[in-house]
Amino acid sequence: MLRLLSFALLLATWWIAAAVAGSVKLPPPSAVLAVAIAEAQSGALFLHLGATLARVTLAFTLSMAIGSALGYWMGRSRLANRLGDPWLILLLNLPALVVIVLAYIWAGLTEVAAIAAIAINKLPTAVVTLREGARALDPALDEMAKVFAFPRGRILRHVLLPQLAPYIAAAARSGLSLVWKIVLVAELLGRPNGIGFEIGVAFQLFDIPLLLAYSLSFAAVVLVIEAVIVQPFERRASRWRLRAA
Amino acid sequence: MQLDVDISSKSYTSANGKRQQVIAGMTFTLRRGEVGVVVGPSGCGKSTMLRILAGLDSDYQGKVSQPAGARLAMVFQEPRLLPWRSVEDNVRLAAPDVAEDRLSAIFAVLELEGHRSHFPGELSLGLARRAALARAFAVEPDFLILDEPLASLDDALAARLREEIATLVASRPMITLLVTHSMDDAVRLGDRIFLLSSRPARLLHTVPIAVPRAQRSNELIAAIKADLARLDFSVS
Repeated sequence: MLRLLSFALLLATWWIAAAVAGSVKLPPPSAVLAVAIAEAQSGALFLHLGATLARVTLAFTLSMAIGSALGYWMGRSRLANRLGDPWLILLLNLPALVVIVLAYIWAGLTEVAAIAAIAINKLPTAVVTLREGARALDPALDEMAKVFAFPRGRILRHVLLPQLAPYIAAAARSGLSLVWKIVLVAELLGRPNGIGFEIGVAFQLFDIPLLLAYSLSFAAVVLVIEAVIVQPFERRASRWRLRAA
Repeated sequence: MQLDVDISSKSYTSANGKRQQVIAGMTFTLRRGEVGVVVGPSGCGKSTMLRILAGLDSDYQGKVSQPAGARLAMVFQEPRLLPWRSVEDNVRLAAPDVAEDRLSAIFAVLELEGHRSHFPGELSLGLARRAALARAFAVEPDFLILDEPLASLDDALAARLREEIATLVASRPMITLLVTHSMDDAVRLGDRIFLLSSRPARLLHTVPIAVPRAQRSNELIAAIKADLARLDFSVS
């Protein structure tokens, strides 16, 4: 209820601002909605949304899988941490734009280059978060699992993953927001479809309703995915805590 | 089938860089069906010894030969249950092959029937300790290690749990090693009592008790305790 009210307030503010600024600089919500509906009816909106979502899914899955494994390894092994740390610091501080441009130069304006560039941008944050998670693992439970001769699969599923779940959720949450931002840049610079490409077109034409229609549809999809996938996962992972915050 | 322990020395480097010796010499043998009880002053290195016997620490001088293929179960000082799994899941994860009627019997003896689906965080310490005992017994171990399983429980509950441990130990021929501070526990449960010195721990006396557990009268227990008290030994 409160959320709806807050959303209504946002729309009202937008409407008033549009009336004050004039519809050239800031079109009212109704104009943006009309463009969004037109784009949806032509199918273009779904085509571009689909292309972007596919890239996000691939890059996110790739970087979460590799980043979690690397982070776990670096948290458990001192040698791995020493070897990996300089690379990690380099990757963490490398601007996204540099990675994207280099990927396009080296691998061409291809889908592989775009997805790899997005994944590489997200990778180090997953590594850092999971490394903290691996360092915080309870040695008492490791010993318990060893004494009772738990096989590897059982250790992973029942001892390690429940302890790492909050860290995985945190990495997914921050990583997803990073990927949402970077995917548009990668598309703007070197892809013939996707929300980022369409925003580039709107920018060149100075078509603000089109720009807002695509941006807001994209934001809506992000919100839905957060509410439907990320938050339920977090709730499930902390179900055993008596009164989770 | 027996457990041979011969630890000549165990030391570690403490945080300030000094070499600390924890165990100075310990040799004993435990046979199947026997309950060995280790008694020693607080901080003398009993838990370190148990960690070596459980295979959790291999950095020591000496030799421990566990029976080949023996199934190990341990009750740690803290319950060490998985907080995100129910009591029943905690037991089943350690003992996946346990039969339902056997599991029910263990839960019944330890009065855990009503707590099967509770998470460890919802249990009192006494209940959590019982759940840890249930896990160890469900494994049907060949070698059972109990590290002060009755510490910090009230006397009545400790006495009841001691009876339950005696019942469960009698139900299977296994090697059992119990660490305790309580002479009463030691004399009531043990077939052989190992008295340790203060740190670095050395085996001072081995006291066998010939009378079977079930036939020990209160007078006999008092007499053995009096004998133990006369030895050059004190439990702080």
